[in-house]
Amino acid sequence: MLATYAPLVGLFVLAAGFALFSVTAAPFIGPRRYNSAKLEAYECGIEPVDQPLSGGRFPIKYYLTAMLFIVFDIEIVFLYPWAVANDQLGVFGLVEMVVFIATVFIAYAYVWRRGGLEWD
Amino acid sequence: MIEAPDLSLSALSPFLFVFGAALVGVLVESFAPRHVRQPTQVALALVGTVGGFACTLLLAGRGEVTAAGALAVDGAGLFLQATIAGLGALSVLLFAERALDPARSAFVASAAVPAGSPRDRELLTDERVQTEVYPLATFAVGGMMLFVAANDLLVMFIALEVLSLPLYLICGLSRRRRLLSQEAAVKYFLLGAFASAFFLYGLALVYGATGTVQLAGIRQSVTDDGTGTLLVLGLGLLVVGLMFKASVAPFHTWTPDVYQGAPTPVTAFMAACTKVAAFGAILRLLYVAFGTADWTWRPLVYGIAIVSMVVGAVLGLTQTDVKRMLAYSSIAHAGFLLTGVIGLDAGTGSGLAATLFYLLAYGLTTVGAFAVVTLVRDGDGEATALAQWAGLARRSPLTAAIMTFLLLALAGIPLTSGFTGKFAVFRAAIEVGAWPLAVVALVTSAVAGFFYLRLVVLMYFSEPAEDGPSVGVPGLPTTIVLAVTVAATLVLGVVPGSVLDLADGAARLVG
Repeated sequence: MLATYAPLVGLFVLAAGFALFSVTAAPFIGPRRYNSAKLEAYECGIEPVDQPLSGGRFPIKYYLTAMLFIVFDIEIVFLYPWAVANDQLGVFGLVEMVVFIATVFIAYAYVWRRGGLEWD
Repeated sequence: MIEAPDLSLSALSPFLFVFGAALVGVLVESFAPRHVRQPTQVALALVGTVGGFACTLLLAGRGEVTAAGALAVDGAGLFLQATIAGLGALSVLLFAERALDPARSAFVASAAVPAGSPRDRELLTDERVQTEVYPLATFAVGGMMLFVAANDLLVMFIALEVLSLPLYLICGLSRRRRLLSQEAAVKYFLLGAFASAFFLYGLALVYGATGTVQLAGIRQSVTDDGTGTLLVLGLGLLVVGLMFKASVAPFHTWTPDVYQGAPTPVTAFMAACTKVAAFGAILRLLYVAFGTADWTWRPLVYGIAIVSMVVGAVLGLTQTDVKRMLAYSSIAHAGFLLTGVIGLDAGTGSGLAATLFYLLAYGLTTVGAFAVVTLVRDGDGEATALAQWAGLARRSPLTAAIMTFLLLALAGIPLTSGFTGKFAVFRAAIEVGAWPLAVVALVTSAVAGFFYLRLVVLMYFSEPAEDGPSVGVPGLPTTIVLAVTVAATLVLGVVPGSVLDLADGAARLVG
């Protein structure tokens, strides 16, 4: 039964080999030309605010934002599949979802009342 | 159309009560003015836990699987849920104690204020108290109750997180010795997250091997297809995750540090309720899912039972702090409980009933012992160094007598609940032929008895130090806790018959 995992192991080896090859080969064959765009976030994302690695400080407020993000992130994780399958889930699904949203709103109300949504 | 799962709301009522109270607690925390929060939150937490307790009593005798096979409502589950809710209510009373400390509470007023800052010193003696601990503790109680009823590995994992996350937080909320408390919280969180990962990996392997996460489905698959390497590996990882929560050696390293650093009421809560919950889950996993293939777990549990008893008893001897000593005692007791788990045997073994009784007896005694620890104080809060307890009987004969009685119960002296419990689990182990384990358990009991008696001797036969600690006069909540736990320890030791019968009748797992 473990033999069925053999292709998976093969894939792992292949992936590791490719990564190793690319990283070791790049410094030798790639040209080195400085460009400020190369130091920016790749393709998307907001500009990095500060560099904690270079000794800069990181506002603790980001931590709260990240925590809040999780609340709504998880909410969406459940809302999407429900929305897609709503016609099949019927009233039971709707009631369950309302209960779920209500509990999330309780958490939201707590955050709001405790000043978690204010930046300063 | 997807079929809606069968959902027995009456079977869910204990959870609805406890989680409902916790959610209302969060709303109170959001909208109620500060001065009414403390009494409201205490009342809510008590309503939640006592209500949950009452619901489990009303459900007694039921045996069914509900919520699409995710929850089992059965005798053993209900017995453990009632134990958790009852011990949770006692812990909430300890949380609510405000008369002992001049600082008015065991919990920090504002956890976000840096420890040792001028604002922190200002708040130390402030009237303001932490009230978020009550909803958090109620959530933890709900998670524990779900943990012992989970009939599905995924639900079991969710319950594990629901009970763990609030505990990580409230461990770090001590009012005094805040850095020690925060250190305890971080250690518990990191190691707990690690243990959760073990559990999750085991879950994935078991799912890979059997194609189901439901305990009954795993049992079916084990019976039909036998056990492969993958399944045994998965079981091993699941057991590691659960044994961590039950603070069984060799997964115990967090226990002394966390028990010492956490506020003492929280330590009482963790020592009693978490242990009951973790053993509930261990029993259900091993018995319902792997009961027909017990060769997969019996040698493993046998081994860690011995390790846990020996580590708890021997390292307990070297401790100089009463909370750390009780932590090692809890590790040794986890080993004794595992002898009851070994005594689980389809049809004939009395291990399940013995373990249920032991958990109840141990939980009550432990809450009482930690309640006494909150009473003995000096200028810096609780005096937990053993040396400070010298000659305590001269200062307060009653406190020393209560502590002595509870320590004797933990040691398992006759006429206390500890003796009845130990007798029951050892007998269960012998019944299934595990007498070498029972012999080890007896020897380690004797060794552990030494460190309990050392504290008794210290309290009675040593000269009190000049600047020794004083014994605080407890308010009503702690008095109730002490009265209940001492009475229960005595009753379960002298006339245990009816409760033993109750545990015997409840010793049934469906799945």
